[in-house]
Amino acid sequence: MIGGILTNRIIYKKELAPGIFLMDVEAPLVAEKARAGQFVILMTGEKGERIPITIADYDPKRGTVRMVFQVVGKTTAELSTMKVGDTLYSFVGPLGRPSKIDKYGTVAVVGGGTGVASIYPIARALNEAGNRVISIIGAKTRNLVIMEEEMRSVSAKVVVTTDDGSYGKRGFVTEALREVLKEEDVKKVWVVGPAIMMKVACDVTRPYNVETIVSLNAIMVDGTGMCGTCRVTVSGKTKFTCVDGPEFDGHSVDWDEFLNRLNRYRAQEQLAFELHKRRS
Amino acid sequence: MAEMIPIKERMSRSPRPMPEQEVKERVRNFDEVPLGYSKEDAIYEAQRCLQCDPPSCVNGCPAEVRIPEFIRKIVDEDFAGAYLEILKTNSLPAVCGRVCPQETQCQMACVLSKRGKPIAIGNLERFVADWAMKHNVEEKHEKVKKSGKRVAVVGSGPAGLTCAADLAKMGHDVTIFEALHKAGGVLTYGIPEFRLPKRIVKHELEKIKKLGVEIKTDIVIGLTKGVDELRDEFDAVFLANGAGAPQFLNIPGENLNDVYSANEFLTRCNLMSAYRFPEFDTPIKIGKKIAVIGAGNVAMDVARTALRLGAGEVHVVYRRTREEAPARLEEIVRAEEEGVQFDFLTLPVRVLGDAKGNVVGMECVKMKLGEPDESGRRKPIAIEGSNFIMQVDMVINAIGTTANPIVSRSATDVRTDKRGYFIVDDETCATSKKGIFAGGDIIRGSATVILAIGDGKRAAKAIDKYLSEQGSKDH
Ligand SMILES: Cc1cc2nc3c(=O)[nH]c(=O)nc-3n(C[C@H](O)[C@H](O)[C@H](O)COP(=O)(O)OP(=O)(O)OC[C@H]3O[C@@H](n4cnc5c(N)ncnc54)[C@H](O)[C@@H]3O)c2cc1C
Ligand SMILES: Cc1cc2nc3c(=O)[nH]c(=O)nc-3n(C[C@H](O)[C@H](O)[C@H](O)COP(=O)(O)OP(=O)(O)OC[C@H]3O[C@@H](n4cnc5c(N)ncnc54)[C@H](O)[C@@H]3O)c2cc1C
Ligand code: SF4
Ligand code: SF4
Ligand code: FES
Repeated sequence: MIGGILTNRIIYKKELAPGIFLMDVEAPLVAEKARAGQFVILMTGEKGERIPITIADYDPKRGTVRMVFQVVGKTTAELSTMKVGDTLYSFVGPLGRPSKIDKYGTVAVVGGGTGVASIYPIARALNEAGNRVISIIGAKTRNLVIMEEEMRSVSAKVVVTTDDGSYGKRGFVTEALREVLKEEDVKKVWVVGPAIMMKVACDVTRPYNVETIVSLNAIMVDGTGMCGTCRVTVSGKTKFTCVDGPEFDGHSVDWDEFLNRLNRYRAQEQLAFELHKRRS
Repeated sequence: MAEMIPIKERMSRSPRPMPEQEVKERVRNFDEVPLGYSKEDAIYEAQRCLQCDPPSCVNGCPAEVRIPEFIRKIVDEDFAGAYLEILKTNSLPAVCGRVCPQETQCQMACVLSKRGKPIAIGNLERFVADWAMKHNVEEKHEKVKKSGKRVAVVGSGPAGLTCAADLAKMGHDVTIFEALHKAGGVLTYGIPEFRLPKRIVKHELEKIKKLGVEIKTDIVIGLTKGVDELRDEFDAVFLANGAGAPQFLNIPGENLNDVYSANEFLTRCNLMSAYRFPEFDTPIKIGKKIAVIGAGNVAMDVARTALRLGAGEVHVVYRRTREEAPARLEEIVRAEEEGVQFDFLTLPVRVLGDAKGNVVGMECVKMKLGEPDESGRRKPIAIEGSNFIMQVDMVINAIGTTANPIVSRSATDVRTDKRGYFIVDDETCATSKKGIFAGGDIIRGSATVILAIGDGKRAAKAIDKYLSEQGSKDH
C-alpha cells in the first residue's frame, strides 16, 4: 500500500502574488499525518539544498500537501520555475511538533508575508476548536496580500495592513496587534512571519502578559534533530527548532542570537542566487 | 593449492605497508588516503599468515570473519573465493577493511602482534573486497522459497542494511525506511570521502537492492509513520536508527554563529556535498583558525575535513592526553602528518563572540591528570587560574552523539534505558515488545560499524526464527 505512490509530483501551482507561489504536491503519507504548525523539507534536485516550508494545508483524501513560498534565493527561485507534473527530488515530513490547539476564548493570529499561509491552518484549527479568532495579516503592499479570503472564512475578524497603506490599514501588523490587544481580551497570540516581525510582536504583547507563540524559521539541514544547525536558546536552554519546535514561547526566545544565526550563510546564499540568475 | 612459504621466512618478513597519497597532495583533495594493495602486495602479506588452528585473530573480530580461510585463498590467488569466504559472516567487507579499528580488534588478537608484526588483516580484507567489486564477483544465492512474510527495517546504516540483506536471502520481503534522502547512515553522511569513498557505499547499496530489498528514503519513522503502525503492517520490525543526536558541552557561547556540531559540519560536507559549493547548493563555512573539541574518530574526521576545505589552522582541543584519545592511532597520526595541531589537557569553558554573533575566541582552562575514574582512564582536573583565550574564529563540537527520541516515542511498549537506548536481549536483539527487534548504535550508543553489522546478523537470524514460529502458529 505504501508502494508507488510517493510521487512528490506537483499537481497544482499558482502565483498568488508577484514572487509568492502556491503549490500542491502529491505526498499521501505526509498528507495523512500533517497537522497545523508542521513543515516539510524538500529538495528540487540532486544537487539542491534541503529547505523547510510550512504545510499551508493538507488533504488526506487526495493525498496532497499545500505549500506557499516566496522567492528569496536560489532554491525558492528554482522551485518557482517547476511545473505541474514535475517531481521534486525529495519531500519529507511532516516535521516538527504540531501547534497546540485548545479552546482559549479570544485569540489573535498574526501573519506577515508568506507567514499568512503558515498561520492559516492554525487559524482554521483554532476556529474549529471554538475560539474567537482575530486575524491580522500584512504585506508590504496591496498586491502582496495573500489568502485574505481563506483567512476571513476562519476568523471572526480580519485586520489587513500594508506597509505603504495601499490597502487596509497603513503600517505593520505589529501596530495592528497593539490595537487589538487594547480593545480585546486576547488570551493567546500566534505570530508567523519574518524573524524581526516576530521579535517586535513579542515586544508588543509582553506588557499585556499574553502568551505569544512564534514559529521560528531557523536554518535547517536534516530537520530531524541530527545536525543541530537549527538550535535556538529558549529560556536559557538550547532547543532544536526542527524537533522541539518550530513553535516556541516568543517571550522566552533569545532573539538577538536567533537573528544572528539566520545570517550565517548570507554571503554564500547571495553567491548561489547570483550564479543561478546568470544561468537562467 | 599454492604452497605456503616456509615458516621461517613467514616469521622474518616485515608487514607490507599500504601505499598512501603524499601528505602534500592529499590535504588538497578529498580522494582516499590509503591507495590499496596491489595483487603482489596482498599475496606477499597473506603469505606471512601462520594459518593458526585455532586462529586467535578471529576472537578479535566481532563478526568472526573467517580470517585464516580467506587469507589462504589470497595466497592461492583465488580472490573471488576469498571474498565469498568473508561474506559468510560480514556483509560489508569493503567498508570494514577501511574503517574497522583493526589494531584493537582482529589484528591485536593475531598471534604475530606479540612480535609487533600482526597480519594486516584489514588491508587484505579491503583488497579482496575491492578486487571483487572491480571484477563483479557476485554471491550465488540458491533460490529460496518466498516466505510471504514482510519485515520493516528502520534506518539504512550498517545494522539495517545487514539485517535487511540477510532476511532477503532467507526469503522474506524487506522494506527499509530511511529518514534522509540518501541511504547508508553514517557511512553516507558521517565518514568522509577520503576515508570511505561514497562509490563503495553506493556499490554495497546496489548489491542489497539486487537482493530485492526495497529502500524507501524520505520517511521519518515516528513522524511520517509510527513504529506501532509498522508493527501492524509488517510481520516484524527491526529498529536500527542509530544514535545521531549531537551533544553539546553546554558552555556559554555555544550557539554563536560559527559553532558547529560535528554532525552539521560532516553532513553538509558529505551528504550535501558542500565541499563542491556552488556546484552543489548547500554552503559550508570555514574558519581561518578552527578549534575542534574532542579527540575521537569523529573529531579526526572533522579536523581533516576542515583542512581540506582550506582552513588556515586546525586545533584539536582535548581535556586528556594523546594516550587517552579515543580515536584510532592511525587517524591521529594521519591528522598530525597533515598539520592538525593538538592541544591536550585543555578544556573549553566559554566561546566568545562579537556583536554579530561571530566567534572571536574560546576561553579554555588547562587540565592535569588525577586518579583513574570508572573507565580506568585518569580523570582530568582543572588547574585553577590557568584560564587562557585561544584565538579562533570557528568551533566544531565533536564530543559525541546520543539517542534521538523520535523513533522510540512512537513505539509503545518498547523499553528504553534512561539514556534512550532500546533494551534488547543480547542473543536475539529482541526488544520488550513481541516482533520488534533493535540493533546498532541505538542499543548501545555510538560504537563501530562491525558491531552494528553483528547486531544486524543476529537480529536477522532471530527474526527469521520468530517468523517461522509465527507462521506455524497461524496455520
Ligand atoms: C520551519 C520553517 C518553515 C518555513 N516555512 C516557509 C514557508 O511556508 N514559506 C516560505 O516562503 N518560506 C518558509 N521558510 C523559509 C524558507 O525555508 C527559506 O525561504 C528558504 O530556505 C530559502 O531558500 P533559498 O535557497 O531560496 O534562499 P537562500 O539562498 O537560502 O536565502 C535567501 C535569503 O533568504 C534568507 N533566508 C534563508 N533561510 C531563511 C529562513 N530559514 N528563513 C527566513 N529567511 C531565510 C537569507 O538570509 C537570504 O537573505 C520556512 C523556514 C522554516 C525553518
Ligand atoms: C564521523 C564518524 C566517523 C566514524 N568512524 C568510524 C570508523 O572509522 N570505524 C567504525 O567502526 N565506526 C565509525 N563510526 C561509528 C559507526 O559509523 C557507527 O557505529 C555505525 O554507523 C552505526 O550503525 P547503525 O546502523 O546503528 O546506525 P547509523 O549508521 O547511524 O544509521 C542509522 C540510520 O537511521 C536513520 N534514521 C534515524 N532516525 C530515523 C527515523 N526516525 N526514521 C528513519 N530513519 C532514521 C539515519 O538517518 C541513518 O541513516 C563513525 C561515526 C561517525 C559519526
Ligand atoms: S571485519 Fe573488521 S575486525 Fe573483523 S576481520 Fe575484518 S577488519 Fe578485522
Ligand atoms: S592469528 Fe594472525 S597469523 Fe594466525 S591465522 Fe590469524 S592472522 Fe594468521
Ligand atoms: S535541522 Fe538538523 S537538527 Fe534541526
